[in-house]
Amino acid sequence: MSDRPASSPRYATHHPRWLRTRVSTWWWLQRRAYFKFILRELSSVCAAWFVIYLLLLVRAVSRGEAAWRGFLDWAAAPLVVVVNVVSLFFLIFHAITWFNLAPRAMVVKLGGKKVPGVLIAASNYAAWAVATALVAWLLVGR
Amino acid sequence: MADRITLQVARYRPEEESAPVMQEYEVPCHKEWVVLDGLNYIKDHLDGTLSYRWSCRMGICGSCGMTVNGQPKLTCATALTDYGDGPITVEPLRNFPVVRDLVVEIGDFMRKLTGVKPWIMREHEKPLSEGEYLQTPEQMDEYKQFSMCINCMLCYSACPIYGLDPGFIGPAAIALAQRYNLDSRDQGADERFDMLSEHEGIWGCTFVGECTEVCPKGVDPAGAIQRYKLTAAMETVKSFLMPWKGGRGGSGA
Repeated sequence: MSDRPASSPRYATHHPRWLRTRVSTWWWLQRRAYFKFILRELSSVCAAWFVIYLLLLVRAVSRGEAAWRGFLDWAAAPLVVVVNVVSLFFLIFHAITWFNLAPRAMVVKLGGKKVPGVLIAASNYAAWAVATALVAWLLVGR
Repeated sequence: MADRITLQVARYRPEEESAPVMQEYEVPCHKEWVVLDGLNYIKDHLDGTLSYRWSCRMGICGSCGMTVNGQPKLTCATALTDYGDGPITVEPLRNFPVVRDLVVEIGDFMRKLTGVKPWIMREHEKPLSEGEYLQTPEQMDEYKQFSMCINCMLCYSACPIYGLDPGFIGPAAIALAQRYNLDSRDQGADERFDMLSEHEGIWGCTFVGECTEVCPKGVDPAGAIQRYKLTAAMETVKSFLMPWKGGRGGSGA
């Protein structure tokens, strides 16, 4: 710009100071959807808890009747019951939210046509119902 | 309905302020006016120093994305009357550095966008004399919704992962990579695989899903990312089981 006329205004070189904001630690409280997402993520802790619970149950069974009775007494303690009820609630939430999201990740084609998302979610629910019925039959039906 | 409405606009003038301040303006509230019309009224009649980006006014250019009452919105597609008697707060898009007032720095997004090579790549270009690369309507339907992206970055603004980890490639860039991976004319899926399948690619996404919710064009970036996770996982399993087969990236399905 050396040929700039003397009458032209003088420009200062622009040195922007960008404003950078940090994401708040409480970002997950700022939107309902974020909060639901965090609950869904937390629900995996409950899923892990039920795996541990099942392993403890199997170990107790393998150690004989005394251990099994001990396990039942422990499982009937109020704290364990509360933990299990809360975990069951979160596990149902976990299953429903993920089943509803399944069609977004899976595109299934049958005979060259896309299977509607509702059917993909429905097949997950159907598999859930069958598994539940099977367990119920094992426990009470026989 | 009131005939005027108050806009509370975030101002950041780096030579004057170290933190943004809110400034109130009262603008006419016509039935057909959108938030961008309100900003243009401020610029033309009340305060010419207000800085913001806009261009087409019709949801195509993707320039006028801002945070309106806390939500990422295209201001050209957000009616003033949707907010009753107001006031309406207008802030810059979140998760981006602010250059001035409502103008954010978009260099990071532009670099990521070109990084995923969002164009049709062929192993061998056929000569022009052989004509176009043909495609059936069904083949076009495979990728069409992802091609609607206008690069407005509302999805980045809604994504808490991008806010917490700016290294994350982010929703729009991955959706646009999928737009080409799913295109029957494209053969570049292998070349996009490495960038997409790294930790800060698809695996950075935890499926919050808000990118899809805020998209003004009906694109489903969250779905694109989950679909690509499935593809990448299958490709990894395949390359483990059949190491003699070189190809990766698959068809992107």
